[in-house]
Amino acid sequence: MVAASPLIDLQSLTVRFGRQTVLRNVSISVPAGQTLAVIGESGCGKTVLLKTIIGLLQPTAGTVEFDGRQFGNLSERDVSAQRTRFGFVFQNAALFDSMTVAENILFPLKQHRASNDADQERSMHSLLTEVGLPNTVLKKYPAELSGGMRKRVGLARALIMRPEAVLYDEPTTGLDPIMSDVINELMMRTRDKFEVTSVIVTHDMNTARKVADRVVMLYPLNRLKPDESQILFDGPPSELDASTDRRVTQFIRGEAGDRMMELSEQAGG
Amino acid sequence: MSTGSSYPNERTTGGPLWRISEGIADFGAVVIRMIEGLGDMTLFAWSAILWMFSRLPRRDTLINNMYAIGVQSLPVVAIIGAFTGMVLAVQSYTQFRNFGLETQLGGVINKSMFRELGPVLAATMLAGRVGSAMAAELGTMRVTEQIDALSAMGANPIHYLVVPRFLSCLLLIPSLTIMAIFMGVVGGAFYCVQFLGIDYHHYSTNSQRFVENWDLFYGVAKSVVFGAVIGIISCYRGFNCLPGAEGVGRAATTAFVYSFVSIIILDLLLSIVLDHIYLAIWPVAPSLFGG
Repeated sequence: MVAASPLIDLQSLTVRFGRQTVLRNVSISVPAGQTLAVIGESGCGKTVLLKTIIGLLQPTAGTVEFDGRQFGNLSERDVSAQRTRFGFVFQNAALFDSMTVAENILFPLKQHRASNDADQERSMHSLLTEVGLPNTVLKKYPAELSGGMRKRVGLARALIMRPEAVLYDEPTTGLDPIMSDVINELMMRTRDKFEVTSVIVTHDMNTARKVADRVVMLYPLNRLKPDESQILFDGPPSELDASTDRRVTQFIRGEAGDRMMELSEQAGG
Repeated sequence: MSTGSSYPNERTTGGPLWRISEGIADFGAVVIRMIEGLGDMTLFAWSAILWMFSRLPRRDTLINNMYAIGVQSLPVVAIIGAFTGMVLAVQSYTQFRNFGLETQLGGVINKSMFRELGPVLAATMLAGRVGSAMAAELGTMRVTEQIDALSAMGANPIHYLVVPRFLSCLLLIPSLTIMAIFMGVVGGAFYCVQFLGIDYHHYSTNSQRFVENWDLFYGVAKSVVFGAVIGIISCYRGFNCLPGAEGVGRAATTAFVYSFVSIIILDLLLSIVLDHIYLAIWPVAPSLFGG
């Protein structure tokens, strides 16, 4: 049997900002339909990885392909078209302050003139029900919403173009445990109902264990040896506990471990 | 007291030659950063101009920006224009009266308003009221990832955010300038006639004698350049905002400072160029003092 080609394919990806290398030689392939959770400490390059997938950041070396096409080789028009195949849920939702909830959700459709007004309205109301928000929020501005509501509006906006892949940046950060689980359920429902491929960047082990089919753990480069791989773990969430790498086990248990000593040493100069 | 023990590395890193070379290196780094910044802003401006011609912005975004930039700036520009005209009258009156030329005051006030103060005042107001607000707004959008969200949804942030603001500055600054000039002329005439007792007929005749259509073109031409520069600098500072509240504040401040410095420098350059053009077309200019 021939293996299906990956929908998202990162090969030997390196991203550098000035003299600082954030990602080094990272290769990850995500088949269509898979839900991948990328975990790791702050500063290990998770968000950079996500933004590189959608072409918001350019790789310094290596390739990023979506459905066999690299962003770097596309014209402006094709980049725009390619991006409509993604949904992106930002850490703080990144809703447009000057627009109402309805305008925010409809923005991608209006921007790409994707359908007539009646269809747009229908899609919006259906998605609003999907993410569990009442119609009364439509006329509100983002500043009037709670954190959980903003995230759900962000998810509705990400789904309105019926994307093939959804990228989530810290979807549960800043939410209470119950709202975090609501978001987890919504991500699972989105995956099942819309059959999307998902990449979730998170610190939240509950999200990684509950939602993901596969977990990749990245590690900050400044604490790795030059020849070490930046990916410390790549496998199903059920195998996380069996990992023999102390850095992985410390992270998944949320233990400071050696890190506290390292920080004390850094502070002492 | 020996200083040698306090600065153990002075011999290797603190000698006079080393300090001079460090100073030159620092200066060089600043110059390189400035050139890089200027190049980056030029590319940014070029991209905005290309987008402006390739696809018009959405009408609702353009109208919203035009309302904020043009209509909401009108009252303050009118007030400042009127008072500037009156201040010019107060400042010039004594000098002109000593020569018995007080009826010529209108010529000076109007010429100054048309050529210099009208465009510079309108541009300064635009930079202060609108430019810094645009930088802060776009800076906040950058910090809160709203600009990234636009890109992620397949919209081009320069087309969506910069082009309407740039076009609004470019198209509406001439109206603001004309309003500043008009109110300056009215304010100056009002003060001269009502408070300084200058005969209105002579004031009006002399005013008309020295102001030509060229002066109006002169002021408006300057204002268009100022408007373009304010639009680009303010949007650029917002787009390249550093993280956090401090970054947004700094973007707003630097947008105004850079715009104002650019206005003053460009004012001199444009004055020289426009005067040369005038003299090339009309070699004999009318003089305030006869001839």
